[in-house]
Amino acid sequence: MFGKLSWSAIPINQPIDMIASGLMILAVLGMLAWVTVKGYWPYLWREWLTSVDHKRIGVMYVVLALVMLLRGFTDAVMMRLQQAVSVGPDAGYLPPEHYNQIFSAHGTIMIFFMAMPFVIGLMNFAVPLQLGIRDVAFPTLNSVSLWLTASGILLTNISLVVGEFARTGWLAYPPLSELKYSPGVGVDYYLWALQISGVGTLLSGINLATTILKMRAPGMSYMRMPVFCWTSLASNLLIIAAFPVLTATFAMLLLDRYLGMHFFTADGDGNPMMYVNLIWVWGHPEVYILILPCFGVFSEVVSTFSGKPLFGYRSMVAATMAICILSFIVWLHHFFTMGAGANVNGFFGVMTMIIAVPTGVKVYNWLFTMYGGRVRFNVPILWSVGFMVTFVIGGMTGVLLAVPPADFILHNSLFLIAHFHNVIIGGVVFGVLAGYMYWFPKAFGFTLDEGWGKVSFWCWFVGFYLAFMPLYYLGMLGMTRRLQHYDNPGWQPWLIVAAVGVAFILAGILALVIQLVVSIRTRERRRDHTGDPWHGRTLEWSTPSPPPAWNFAVLPRVEREDAYWHMKRRAREERVAAAEALAYAPIHMPLNSPTGFVTAFFAVVTGFALIWHIWWLVILGLVGALITTLVFAWRDESEFEIAADELARVDRAHHQAYWVGGTP
Amino acid sequence: MTATTVHGHEAHTHHGMPVSDSAAGPAPKRIIIAYGFWLFLLSDIVMFSALFATFAVLGKATAGGPTGAELFDARNVAVETALLLFSSFSCGMMSLAMDARHRGTFYLGAAITFILGLGFLVLEMREFAGMVARGATADRSAFLSGFFTLVGCHGAHVAVGLLWLVVMVAQVADKGWRPTVCHRLMCFSLFWHALDIIWVALFTIVYLMGAR
Repeated sequence: MFGKLSWSAIPINQPIDMIASGLMILAVLGMLAWVTVKGYWPYLWREWLTSVDHKRIGVMYVVLALVMLLRGFTDAVMMRLQQAVSVGPDAGYLPPEHYNQIFSAHGTIMIFFMAMPFVIGLMNFAVPLQLGIRDVAFPTLNSVSLWLTASGILLTNISLVVGEFARTGWLAYPPLSELKYSPGVGVDYYLWALQISGVGTLLSGINLATTILKMRAPGMSYMRMPVFCWTSLASNLLIIAAFPVLTATFAMLLLDRYLGMHFFTADGDGNPMMYVNLIWVWGHPEVYILILPCFGVFSEVVSTFSGKPLFGYRSMVAATMAICILSFIVWLHHFFTMGAGANVNGFFGVMTMIIAVPTGVKVYNWLFTMYGGRVRFNVPILWSVGFMVTFVIGGMTGVLLAVPPADFILHNSLFLIAHFHNVIIGGVVFGVLAGYMYWFPKAFGFTLDEGWGKVSFWCWFVGFYLAFMPLYYLGMLGMTRRLQHYDNPGWQPWLIVAAVGVAFILAGILALVIQLVVSIRTRERRRDHTGDPWHGRTLEWSTPSPPPAWNFAVLPRVEREDAYWHMKRRAREERVAAAEALAYAPIHMPLNSPTGFVTAFFAVVTGFALIWHIWWLVILGLVGALITTLVFAWRDESEFEIAADELARVDRAHHQAYWVGGTP
Repeated sequence: MTATTVHGHEAHTHHGMPVSDSAAGPAPKRIIIAYGFWLFLLSDIVMFSALFATFAVLGKATAGGPTGAELFDARNVAVETALLLFSSFSCGMMSLAMDARHRGTFYLGAAITFILGLGFLVLEMREFAGMVARGATADRSAFLSGFFTLVGCHGAHVAVGLLWLVVMVAQVADKGWRPTVCHRLMCFSLFWHALDIIWVALFTIVYLMGAR
């Protein structure tokens, strides 16, 4: 009846598991109770859960990402504490099978459920606003993408309470991840969670790429798009080209596990290295999927806070697209030790070094943008400068690892761990946090507290160096990754320093939470009435904060790059005349739809049933999803009209507050 | 969303480059939908290419079991190919009937497409059943895992396509030629032709090259 599921699936004899999952369940129940008592359900359902507004969806992605940052960071703290003590006779507090689940969950969560939703959330929020349009190409599909991502996240968290998670590392290499060596449900949780959220990511990529290529405001040719839109375009093209490979690869591993096939098994003539190749054909573009939009954020931030147009706009675009293509021909550098031979390794080593060139172009462009500018040191630019320093170090260690003979020595050591945390924290995390603080006032209508933002930045910055520089050194001493226990007492001092670094990062995360709470409490005096708190250059700042559901009452006409900057520079009389001459016409906006939420519900049911081999429930889940699709296909109304009067009223109020009455 | 505001198009140049039509504001809905669906089809083809690559690597990894040369029946595959290609022709007729708003022809085209597609699936299932009866199951060797997954994945696409076709016939019957229905039919037609393209590659790489 319930397949492999029984009461023994709940880890009642493991105190750490039970406490963690108990706290998580209490937190979730507490939240649900609070929402129920306050009577927020109708509001939540109407305004958020069924919303197809790209801004709301973007915000929900970012909320998911911030919550999962806490979860993934908890795993990191546990690992650092374990390694700080488990030397020689001391076995530490985490048994090996638990430690293995923690490092697997940490990597999976941080990449798929923290970095990805954060980046996709920022793109969802900002791209249509920057393009001067009212929504993405397929608004309901956008909601489906969001909720499928949430489904994957939910399944991963269910594994904490019911059953176990993978112990195979974040990429689940076979043959270890095959049924023979991982007979439990951990790998199945991993695979189904990522399959479901992967579909969501792919749909989101298609959606945003179509939006950028086909739906720009009048006059916005490609070479007038803000750089964030360019990097988002590159990132979404990479999603379209890379995520299907991930889906196919995981599908084959699933077939091995469920139907006894022999794609990646050690017997039956299977080929485990085939998996490693395929997963990195996805995995290397994936790191650029994450970092490119962050490069876009830094470009916007550096240009805005330096009060200058971006230096070398066209070289920035060229560098972005070069990275987009080159990212597909470097995957083999993740396993030079496979034994493909000197020529193959040589090719991939050289290509890897070449990809550093366009990245270098970008760094110089940011530096020259700041050079001679009147730089305002708000928090977003602190993250940007911190990124430039940190990322260059990470990039150089990456070029070092691209030398095959050096890689043979450093492969799988803590040097590698230090390298990729160097680029992912220093690049992606700093980038999404810069974006979060930069666009927060646009999303909510009030700015975030600068003081706590600065505290957070410095804690993260110092904490990062303390936590990861020792790992470079340990890697050179020969310490390999994923050690639950080690015998060399000489390593311990460095691991203690790393643990102290994690304490600093913890302080940085706490400061983020405090910043949010403080800012919400004092929101009345930090209201942004102008819609343009940073004196911005791109079109999102021409709308009120928060923007109305339709973003633009009349689509703006773009005459050059940095469109909003040049609109603001026109003579005031001209602006007033332009605002009054606008002809408002009624517009159509997409209706809210529960399709995404309901589809995701059935995706969770189906995924859970597949993990536990409850076949009747699998069929039920699939039928439910099909019926949801049919109900959506049969609806008669998909849009509603907003009257011209309403548009004019909101728009004129905004012009009154800023363009006509207000400052610059 | 409808862009009711501006469709103007000024011919100035920027950085020496003419402003293209793509700078004329958001494209019409039909274009956006077709473009998005093309991107989806491209992603689907990327997924197939991963399966093709795997099949190419594992093509000779038979673990002492049956090989392609022993298993494949060229005549069966030729009939399958014919059914699928003719179904694309009838699918094209269906699209023309939609453009002409001619329901009778549309239903006829849909029925022929469905029958040909179903015939293809039946032949494929018969081929699979024959192999399984001879002990050539998917868990016998890496080669057979690759074969059943690649060909089966295409077959699953055809099956989904048939389900989609039934839904679309019901939509035309119930809702008539409203724009959403026509957009979906356009996407279905793109999907069905894309399956043909994949089949041509599959026929070549699996059944012709794999039988050597």
